[in-house]
Amino acid sequence: MSTKLVQKLDRVVIRFAGDSGDGMQLTGDRFTSETALLGNDLSTLPNFPAEIRAPQGTLPGVSSFQLHFADHDVLTPGDAPDVLVAMNPAALRANLADLPRGASIIVNTDEFSKRNLAKVGYGVSPLEDGSLEAWHVHPVAITSIAVEALASFTELTRKEKERAKNMFALGLLSWLYTRPTEGTESFLKSKFADRPEILEANLAALRAGYNYGETTEDFAVSYEVAPATMREGTYRNVTGNVALSLGLVAAAHRAGLPLFLGSYPITPASDILHTLAGLKRYGVATMQAEDEIAGVGAALGASFGGALGVTTTSGPGLALKAETIGLAVSLELPLVVCDIQRGGPSTGLPTKTEQADLLQALFGRNGESPVAVVAPSTPSDCFDIAVEAVRIATTYRTPVIVLSDGYLANGSEPWRLPRTAELPDIAVEFETEPNAVDAKGEPVFHPYLRDPETLARPWAVPGTPGLEHRVGGIEKADVTGNISYDPDNHDHMTRLRQAKIDGIADTIASLAVDDPTGDAEVLVLGWGSTYGPIAAGVRQARARGGRVAQAHLRHLNPFPANTGEVLRGFQRVIVPEMNLGQLSMLLRAKYLVDVESHTSVRGLPFQAGDLADVISAAVASVSHAPLKEAAK
Amino acid sequence: MTTDLPVDLGMPSGSGSVSVDSQGAATGTTGVPRLADGTALTKKDFTSDQEVRWCPGCGDYAILAAVQGFLPELGLKRENIVFVSGIGCSSRFPYYLDTYGMHSIHGRAPAIATGLAATREDLSVWVVTGDGDALSIGGNHLIHALRRNVNLKILLFNNEIYGLTKGQYSPTSHVGQVTKSSPLGSLDRPFNPVSLALGAEASFVARTMDSDRQHLTSVLRAAAEHRGSALVEIYQNCPIFNDGVFDVLKDRTEAAARILHLTASEEVAAGDTVVVRDDQGVMTVTPRGEADPARIVVHDPGADDPSAAFALSRLDSPDLGHVPMGIFRNVSRPTYDDSLREQIASARTGAVTDADIDALLAGRDTWTVGA
Ligand SMILES: Cc1ncc(C[n+]2csc(CCOP(=O)(O)OP(=O)(O)O)c2C)c(N)n1
Ligand code: SF4
Ligand SMILES: [Mg+2]
Repeated sequence: MSTKLVQKLDRVVIRFAGDSGDGMQLTGDRFTSETALLGNDLSTLPNFPAEIRAPQGTLPGVSSFQLHFADHDVLTPGDAPDVLVAMNPAALRANLADLPRGASIIVNTDEFSKRNLAKVGYGVSPLEDGSLEAWHVHPVAITSIAVEALASFTELTRKEKERAKNMFALGLLSWLYTRPTEGTESFLKSKFADRPEILEANLAALRAGYNYGETTEDFAVSYEVAPATMREGTYRNVTGNVALSLGLVAAAHRAGLPLFLGSYPITPASDILHTLAGLKRYGVATMQAEDEIAGVGAALGASFGGALGVTTTSGPGLALKAETIGLAVSLELPLVVCDIQRGGPSTGLPTKTEQADLLQALFGRNGESPVAVVAPSTPSDCFDIAVEAVRIATTYRTPVIVLSDGYLANGSEPWRLPRTAELPDIAVEFETEPNAVDAKGEPVFHPYLRDPETLARPWAVPGTPGLEHRVGGIEKADVTGNISYDPDNHDHMTRLRQAKIDGIADTIASLAVDDPTGDAEVLVLGWGSTYGPIAAGVRQARARGGRVAQAHLRHLNPFPANTGEVLRGFQRVIVPEMNLGQLSMLLRAKYLVDVESHTSVRGLPFQAGDLADVISAAVASVSHAPLKEAAK
Repeated sequence: MTTDLPVDLGMPSGSGSVSVDSQGAATGTTGVPRLADGTALTKKDFTSDQEVRWCPGCGDYAILAAVQGFLPELGLKRENIVFVSGIGCSSRFPYYLDTYGMHSIHGRAPAIATGLAATREDLSVWVVTGDGDALSIGGNHLIHALRRNVNLKILLFNNEIYGLTKGQYSPTSHVGQVTKSSPLGSLDRPFNPVSLALGAEASFVARTMDSDRQHLTSVLRAAAEHRGSALVEIYQNCPIFNDGVFDVLKDRTEAAARILHLTASEEVAAGDTVVVRDDQGVMTVTPRGEADPARIVVHDPGADDPSAAFALSRLDSPDLGHVPMGIFRNVSRPTYDDSLREQIASARTGAVTDADIDALLAGRDTWTVGA
C-alpha cells in the first residue's frame, strides 16, 4: 500500500506531447474521459500536424494534446501547462517555450539518443547540460519499462511492445492525478476485442504505468482535483464536431424531416461526415460526393424534395459551394452549410484554427445574396447552434451558414445533456393546397407568395398534387415565380430577400451584456470560438480590479436587434478576433461605432493572460472617466 | 414525437401499385405512384403555361414535343415527375413542362438530382443538359452520377456548340470547327459522349436524334424502364450557331447508308454494310459481301462487359460516315439510391423516438451531478 502524500489542487493543465505516431491524441482523449467521469470541469486543445506521419522524431512531426481541468468552471484549455509529458526530444524542444518556470516535465529518456537529439538540433542532451534547471524534470525510461513489463508477451515483437508506451504514460499520469482507469480499460476492451494479445499488452502497460507511479521514489506526491460544482444534470464530454453532428440529428428529428448530408472530406470538418455516416439507424442519409459542389448540390436537391439538406466543409470548400448557395438564396429553400474554419488563405493551415471566413460567409457570392450566419461559442454550444441553424433555415426557407472552427471542432468540454422533448419546437409544415386563385377564379399555386410575417415562401415538395411548379436561378416575378427580367421586379425581389434575412432578428435573443458592477466603460465583444479565452481574460482583468463588460455574438447575420445600442453604451469596445478584424469592419460599417480590433492569426486560440493585459490596459485608460452613478 | 423515414409527406405511398417488368424486377419507375386504373393524362397536361422561347427551328422544340407526348405513357402521377436542368438553351426545358422542375446552375444538375433521387424513391427524376453543361463544366458530376448508377434519366442535348452564350465551340465540337471563340478552328479534340458514359460504366447508354420522333420516343421509353442512370444523347440541331451538322442523318438515302441501327439480337448494319469484329475486339464497317459471316456483330446491349458497346461507340467519325443509333448498353446493377435506402432500412429498428435521440446524445460515458 502506498503511503505517499496526496496533495489537493484546484486546477491543472497537462500537455501530452510526442511524435505523431506515438498516440498522444488517444492518450489525451482517454485522460480527458477519466477526468470528465470524476466530475471536474475541463477544456481540451488537440494540436497536430497536417501530415499523417511527418518524418519521425522531427519538430514538424510533434503532436500534442492539452487538457485543463479544475474543481471550478473552466473556460479555456489553459494558457500554459503545469505539466508537460514529452515522449521524445522533439516534443520537449517544440513545447518548452510554452512552459512556465517551475512546471513539471515528465520525459521519456529512452528516446534521447544521439540521433534523435541531432534531428532537432540538440548538440548535448538537455537532460544532461543543466539547461532544464528551471523546471521540475522527472526522467522516466518509459519505453524500456513498458517493454520490460510486457516481457511475458512472447508472441509480440519489440516494435509492438514499444507501441504500448503511451498506455504506460497514461497509467502514470492517472496515478499522479488520482484518476480511475476503469473507463480506459473498457475502452481498450472494445477497441481490441478481436486482438486479445494486443488488448492484454495495452492493459498491462497501463497498469505498469500506474504501479510505477505508486512505487518509484521519483514521484513523492500524487494529486487530487475535486469535482467542480456544476448544475444538476447528466453530463458527457463532447467535442464541437460531435456536438454539431448530434445537434443536426436532433433538430431534424424535432423538425420531422429526414436528414441528408452531402459532403466532401476536408480537415477539420470530416469528423462530422464520419459521425453522421454512422447514424443510419436514425434515418440519416450521408453521401460522400465527388467534390464540394456536388455535396452542396445534392443537399439542395434533397431540400427541394422535402429533406433537411446539410453540407459540411472548411474554408476552401465554402469557396467552391458559393454558386450553389447563391442558387439556394434564389430558390429560397432551407439549407444548412457548416464551415469548420481553418487557417487560410488557400490550403493554409489545415489543422489549425482561425475565424477568417466571416466575410466569405456573409459576402462570398455573386449578386446581393444574403444568408443567415451563426457561430457557436464553445464545443457544446455547437449542439445548440445546429438546432438554431435548422430553425432559421426551415422557418425562413434560406441557407444558413454555421461558422465553427478547428478549435471548437476538436476541443472538448463537459456538456449538460438536453432533453430532446424540451428542444425548440421546429416542426415544419409543407404546402399542400393551392394558395391563390387565377383570373378565372380557378385555384392556383403561387410558389413565391410569402408568409407576411417571416416573408418565407411556401415549401411545396414534389409529390404534392396540384402544386406543380418550376423554380430556378433566373430572377423570378414576385408571387408567381415566373421568369422575370423586369427592372422594378428585380429591385423589389432583391430588397425582399434582404428584408427576409433582416427579419430573422425579430426571433433571436438580444445581445446580453455581462457587466457585474453595472458601470463598466469598456466592453469586450467577441464571436465564435473566442468566447472561452475572452471570458477567462475578462475574469482575470476583473480579478485585478478592472470594471469590464463582456458580450458575445452567436448571430452574425443578422445581428441581434439591440447590437448598436449595446455598442454605443460604452466608451471603448474591444473586439478580439482570430482574423485581421472582420467583425470590427462589419460593426463599424453598420453602426458607425469606433470599435477597436485586437487580432491574432497564429493558428491557435487567444491566451487568456494576453487578453487580460489588453483589457486591463483599456480599463486603465478610461478609469479617470466619471462613474455612471457619479454622473447621474 | 417520432420521425419515420421516408418522411410522411401526406402523400399516397408508391407501393401497392408498383411497376415491375415481366420478370418482376424493379423498373425505373418502381415506387413512383401511378394513376388510378382507367385514368390517363394527355400531352396537354404536361404543357405548362409558359411561352416557349427557343429560336425558330431549334431542335429543342421537337424534343419537347416528343417528351410531352411520351410522358403520359408512363402512367405516373404528374406531381411525382421532376425535371432538373443546368444552364443552356436546352436547360430551359423544365419551364415548359407542367411537372415539378428546377432550372439550376451550370453543370450541376446531376449532383442536385442525385440528392433528390436519393431521398425520394417516389419520384421519377429526369435531368436535361447540353453538351457544354454536361461535358464541360459539369463533366465531373456526370461521370460520378453514371458511376454511382443513380436512378436518373439524363437527356443530353448535343448540338456541338454553346447555344445560350451565342456560339462558342463546345467539348463535342469537331477539331477545326470555326466559331466565335475559335476563328482559326477549334484545337480541342472532342469527347464522344457515348464513349465517355461507357467509360464511366454507365448502365444505360443510348443515342437518338431530335428529328426522329419515333426513335426518340422508343429510347425514352427504354430509359424510363431502366432502373439506374440512363444517359441519352440526343443529336440536336442549332439552326442559329451550328446549323445542319446532323443534316446527312436526316436525309432518307444518306441516313440509310450511315445509321447503324442498334437492335438487340440483330446484326449491326447500315445499307449494304455490316459491322465486323476482329480478334482484338476492334469493330469496323465492311461491305456485306466482303464480311466473314462469323465476324458480323450481333448487338447485345445486355452484355455485362462494356467493351463491345465501347467498340461500337468508336465507329463514329467526324464526317458522320457511320453513326450507331439506339441503345448501346442496358444492364442491370444495383443503384446508388436503392442501396442507400437499403442501408438505412436495415440499420433502423423502428420509428425514432425522443428517447432514442436522448440515448444518442448521451453516448456511452455520462455522469450525473446532484439530485
Ligand atoms: C458558372 C457559369 N459559367 C458560365 C455560364 C455561361 N453559360 C451559360 S450556358 C453556357 C453553355 C451552354 O452550352 P450547352 O450546355 O451546350 O447548352 P446549349 O445552349 O447549347 O443548349 C455557358 C458557357 C454560366 N451560366 N454559369
Ligand atoms: S441558339 Fe441554337 S440551341 Fe439555342 S435556342 Fe437558338 S437555335 Fe436553339
Ligand atoms: Mg450545346
